[in-house]
Amino acid sequence: MTETTTTSAPAPAPSGFTPSSDDLLVVQDLQKHFPVTRGIVFQRQIGAVKAVDGVSFTVKRGETLGVVGESGCGKSTMARCVMKLLEPTGGSVMFDGRDITRYNRVQMRPVRREMMMIFQDPYASLNPRKRVGFIIAEALEVHKLGTAAEVKRRVQELLEVVGLNPEHYNRFPHEFSGGQRQRIGVARALAISPKLIVCDEPVSALDVSVQAQILNLLKDLQSEFGLTYLFIAHDLNVVRHISDRVMVMYLGHAVEIADRDQMYTEPRHPYTGALLSAVPIPDPELGRQRQSIVLEGDVPNPINPPSGCWFHPRCPRFHEGHCDVEVPELYPMGGEGHVAACHYPLESWPLTAEEMSRGGTKAAKAPSE
Amino acid sequence: MSLLEVKNLHTHFRTDDGIVKAVDGVSFTVEKGKTLGIVGESGSGKSVTCLTIMGLNSKRTAITSGEALFNGEDLLKMGSRRLREIRGNDMAMIFQDPMTSLNPVHTIGRQLVEAILLHRDVTKKVAKARAVELLEAVGIPRARRRFDDYPHQFSGGMRQRVMIAMALVNDPDLLIADEPTTALDVTTQAQILKLMKTLQQEFGSAIIMITHDLGVVAETADDVVVMYAAKVVEKAPVAEIFNRPRMPYTWGLLGSLPRLDADVERLVQIPGQPPSLLTPPRGCRFHPRCPYVMSVCRSEEPQLVNVPGIDNHLQACHLDEDTKRREAEKLLEGTLAEAS
Repeated sequence: MTETTTTSAPAPAPSGFTPSSDDLLVVQDLQKHFPVTRGIVFQRQIGAVKAVDGVSFTVKRGETLGVVGESGCGKSTMARCVMKLLEPTGGSVMFDGRDITRYNRVQMRPVRREMMMIFQDPYASLNPRKRVGFIIAEALEVHKLGTAAEVKRRVQELLEVVGLNPEHYNRFPHEFSGGQRQRIGVARALAISPKLIVCDEPVSALDVSVQAQILNLLKDLQSEFGLTYLFIAHDLNVVRHISDRVMVMYLGHAVEIADRDQMYTEPRHPYTGALLSAVPIPDPELGRQRQSIVLEGDVPNPINPPSGCWFHPRCPRFHEGHCDVEVPELYPMGGEGHVAACHYPLESWPLTAEEMSRGGTKAAKAPSE
Repeated sequence: MSLLEVKNLHTHFRTDDGIVKAVDGVSFTVEKGKTLGIVGESGSGKSVTCLTIMGLNSKRTAITSGEALFNGEDLLKMGSRRLREIRGNDMAMIFQDPMTSLNPVHTIGRQLVEAILLHRDVTKKVAKARAVELLEAVGIPRARRRFDDYPHQFSGGMRQRVMIAMALVNDPDLLIADEPTTALDVTTQAQILKLMKTLQQEFGSAIIMITHDLGVVAETADDVVVMYAAKVVEKAPVAEIFNRPRMPYTWGLLGSLPRLDADVERLVQIPGQPPSLLTPPRGCRFHPRCPYVMSVCRSEEPQLVNVPGIDNHLQACHLDEDTKRREAEKLLEGTLAEAS
């Protein structure tokens, strides 16, 4: 990542955090680039898809960090790097005080007992040929946790915890509905009592009523077992409901990190503002009155990202000569731990009509303190 | 006269396991230039209702009865030649998945021109000009150049714009949009919804908006039909549905929605799963999942009747009015979840 540091910029606040023993997960400057090659026999690398390009954040023990962004913003790649299912290109991942970035498979094995994942598609993420009991018990068996009888007892206990009938451990995934399958996914993630659960869009494929069941279940389990979640979703309503803190990603970068309430009541990055105002509100009067920022165009191609601020081609507050030249860092935005990568952050929320069209002016404003 | 009047529509499918009653006595009307939202979970029959109106169900397995009067003509009894004239011309459909509903081996220009030439007696040149004009109208940049592109060269949002352009080529009176934004990101969804609204004002089309997203309904619809297990359970103007919902299923839908504008610790959850339409429950179809179930609910099916004192608001529920009013108020205050 090329960073143009200007002398006037405030001292680089590395994403506004200082790692402490409270943090279960500390991710610093995480990068994942996928090479783009040309040629059949002699493959030359002609570029790279910068799926994740310098993301830093922390997750405290027992909290939920929500990650939102449009499809293709790198949120799933980031999660897979954290889980070490993908090898990060750069940066570091500290899990529970250990730097696991360069751990090999053998070194990772004990770490894997402490992190699990819940996937998006409850149809594709369960092996259709295996019985539910086997699916849930697999991690227990891999890590040799308990005898056969103990494993079976644990599986039945887990089924009960997630609200399924313990007698159903002998059934196959196809005998369950979408919501029930997602419960199986949750039971599988809980099996080895992990410290961290990475939820990659766990409710996106579900109907609203079933979605509410799963969200309530995840919250209950968190308070019961003290779980830590890294919760990825594109639905801002869902993220607000479940998270303590929220990170917004755009084109492989974290553009804003804040406390849940701050993120939703005082967003500072125009992209966050645009996302928030794009969410349909289930209230006919409120929804039709409010001002919204409708973004033009699509997310740029990550092979050839825009210069300067990654968001500038779509930004309503774009300032020529600054936003397209200088890469913004995560500047502190007042609230505790509230950081946003923007040269001209929003000052108020909800936006007034005048505020919205504030782009394009040559404001002589230094990056916000 | 209403543009579309659906009366007591039934669509049943013959399957190996028996007869699936996918739509079972649905009635509603769509007025000219207005938007009707149809909401419900997957499998509630919202899509089948619209496919039946469009005459797109398989003739071999579907059994339909009832009436669907479009400008006074019954679509269900119409010959296939007349139906083809109307379909794509007076009424058109936008499907959920823009990836699979465009033909991948033809350019989008060719697909648009085909739709025009089928219904209009014009030269190819005129048709092409019209197609380009529409691509511009739906906000595709450099429309003339993109005319010869294939669907895979467009992003999801752009493809959905092409679908909308295709639906609009012949200025339809009625546009049926089946989950038009479900496969899209929020920002793209906002773009598409805004586009549909402007085009509606411009072309004066009526829209049937099928969706499971109550937010989308709140922002776009004039009237709302709530469907559950192949039946209409509540029907009212949009403000009524959101401010004075009268049916426990609607409460469940509203309460299970995490929302930006309200703070709730716990979501209302509707327990269980939607019933099988092969053997729907006796009595009220919602009774196995309803927290307010009474003995009458198990035996007697509630009729869709007017809420006393309020015109246009229809509901199908045995609960007494006082309880409903009280519970609906609790829901709007966000305290229903603690109670149930």
